[in-house]
Amino acid sequence: MSARRSLIGIGDLSRDDITRLLDLGERFAEVMSRDIKKVPTLRGRTIINLFFESSTRTATSFELAGKRLSADVINVKASGSSVEKGETLKDTILTLAAYKPDVLVIRHAAAGAVAAAARYTDAAVVNAGDGKHEHPTQALLDLYTLRKTMGRLEGLHVAFVGDVLHSRVARSGAIALQTMGAEVSFIAPPTLLPRGSAEGLGVHTSYDIADIADADVVYALRMQHERMGEGGFVPSLREYATQYGIGHHRLREGQRVMHAGPMNRGVEITDQLADDPTALVTAQVEGGMVVRMAVLYDLLSDPQAVRSADVVSHMVAA
Amino acid sequence: MNRESVLVQRPGPTASVVVRNARLLDPAADIDTTGDLVVRDGRIGGDPTGLHEIDGDGLVVVPGFVDPHVHLRTPGREDTEDIGSGSRAAAAGGYVAIAAMPNTDPPVDDAQDLVRLRELAADEAVIGVGFICAITKGQRGSELTEAAELAELGAVALSDDGHPVSNAAVFRRALQYQHLAHLPLTLHEEDMDLSAGGAMHEGAVSARLGVGGIPAVSESVAVARDIALASYEGARIHICHVSALETVEEVRLGKARGVHVTAEVTPHHLLLIDEDCEDLDPATRKMNPPLRGANDRDALLAALVDGTLDCIATDHAPHGASEKELPFEEAPFGVTGLETAFASLYTYLVVPGKLPLEVLVERMSADAARVLDLPVPTLADGAPANLTVLDLGATWVVGTDGFQSKSRNSAFLGARLTGRVQLTIAGGQLAWQR
Repeated sequence: MSARRSLIGIGDLSRDDITRLLDLGERFAEVMSRDIKKVPTLRGRTIINLFFESSTRTATSFELAGKRLSADVINVKASGSSVEKGETLKDTILTLAAYKPDVLVIRHAAAGAVAAAARYTDAAVVNAGDGKHEHPTQALLDLYTLRKTMGRLEGLHVAFVGDVLHSRVARSGAIALQTMGAEVSFIAPPTLLPRGSAEGLGVHTSYDIADIADADVVYALRMQHERMGEGGFVPSLREYATQYGIGHHRLREGQRVMHAGPMNRGVEITDQLADDPTALVTAQVEGGMVVRMAVLYDLLSDPQAVRSADVVSHMVAA
Repeated sequence: MNRESVLVQRPGPTASVVVRNARLLDPAADIDTTGDLVVRDGRIGGDPTGLHEIDGDGLVVVPGFVDPHVHLRTPGREDTEDIGSGSRAAAAGGYVAIAAMPNTDPPVDDAQDLVRLRELAADEAVIGVGFICAITKGQRGSELTEAAELAELGAVALSDDGHPVSNAAVFRRALQYQHLAHLPLTLHEEDMDLSAGGAMHEGAVSARLGVGGIPAVSESVAVARDIALASYEGARIHICHVSALETVEEVRLGKARGVHVTAEVTPHHLLLIDEDCEDLDPATRKMNPPLRGANDRDALLAALVDGTLDCIATDHAPHGASEKELPFEEAPFGVTGLETAFASLYTYLVVPGKLPLEVLVERMSADAARVLDLPVPTLADGAPANLTVLDLGATWVVGTDGFQSKSRNSAFLGARLTGRVQLTIAGGQLAWQR
């Protein structure tokens, strides 16, 4: 089996690549609206989802995406870091690679883990989140949701708000949005805004929540409880919610809100807003599956041969 | 113990050779001429009659290099390096003397450990090897080692390298005790609270990659503290592997104020930056202190040229392949350096005209010896032969011929370098010949 393409960082994808994947996602969404939601496209292919870190939505989304494409999908949960586990990451990958999977979908707590894993297998490797580093399929589903809701990506302004320091969602999102011609801001407490963000990622940065006024979309980041209090990055949940929590009172007409989930209601997003159609949270989840179908399909196909129309005719013929 | 005897080398036959018509370059002794270099019975000079001859056309003979900072992984990790392999790697890089750090398993912190290592070196070392002992027992930062006894038994210096002495009161006592033991203190400078969770330089690249950052100030605040304490106690300190512009400023200020502070810089910090970490390969790009920004790199070079940074040290840190086959954030810090130090600096700094060859040779040889009070290698007549013959026209690709080191985690793996060590004579003995 020859070495395949992988998706490790969103920066691996050009604007054309992203557009192709989003278009593909839309075609798959059409299929998903039919009675029979399964297509035979990846019949005979094997996908292994290898999660070293717990995840509900990403794991489910990848599993369903694979199954709806008729691939054989195996889920492996490996808790703990490769070091704690006793077996090294390399040995885990070599073991699974011996089963000749076509795709390894990997989530891991350490930045660089997926790049390291890709050195030990010929299978296509998809990064489902590695530490604070990247989460490229999240970025793609966010783009998909935005394009569908807002009708465009070019010229759009998205403000990520909150714990940028620990967020692979913000990092991959910022790179992807800018690739598509959108503008990005990071608005965060000074302790949670990585030094060098403006220079390293080309984003606007601010500590002032009022600056969300410039954004078309406000992307609330998950605020984890362990970031608070003693030795933490912010003094308390209460102060964080007061200073940076997103609710209707901060939004102007027409602004939309996103969140990658799971949400801390009452912390980074108010209860009322979370349940409001202004928030695109459910749309993001729906987008997640079709975008991951697109990624899996794309990795296992000849990239030159992929045209949206071909996909559909292929599916219909089957 | 006198400073000659702190270096241990395996006894062997003395070298005799004559290099004809080579450039003889010893900046510290004010020698730069073309002529014959005679080594007879392990000493410079004498009658060349009947000696093996080397055509010196295109070759440069320089005083052998000295490295004040290497890791030989003995005892504990002899699978990744031992005294024999580490000293051969050093000889292949043109070194005639190296000082090994004590962060082994267990750490070198008492007389028995030191004596045992010196015995091993007398069996295995092809060049002069000295042993640095811990400042604190177990390098735990709380209890001073028996430095007076260690000094008598031949310790080169004291260091807790790998760790800072975080407790300022403990460090102050180590400085006070130096007035009894008279050993240089060589310092790994890091505020562990500021660097916690970090795996690379904190800056634009770490922000983009989402890898935990090690801020430049985690080094410079520790250096500022230690220079202040050294000044207060009238003691002498040596700063290991300076990586940051801010640290250069602290050292410069300290020297200007008359504090007895010296400092070293590694080839990788002079040549590579955080931008080079994009592919997150820990084997070649993860070290502590981390590769920093372009501004830092430029400040280090300027400081090396003007003498604020006294010398080059490799911080040669061998790791087995499996140790480095981990995600970037989980892999251990460290890269090897002995076999590539001269060639990498020659290729990327001397050839493009950023660093004069004379300065490079002095910083790798005489200046490096002085920071640890080691004998200064020289081409002067009558001196013991400690020299290196360089072919500045030769090019080679790092790693294609393997390594003398047991490990291959080189920051320059695969690089095509110019300048090659042809011959090393250490302590009057042939240590390396290509």
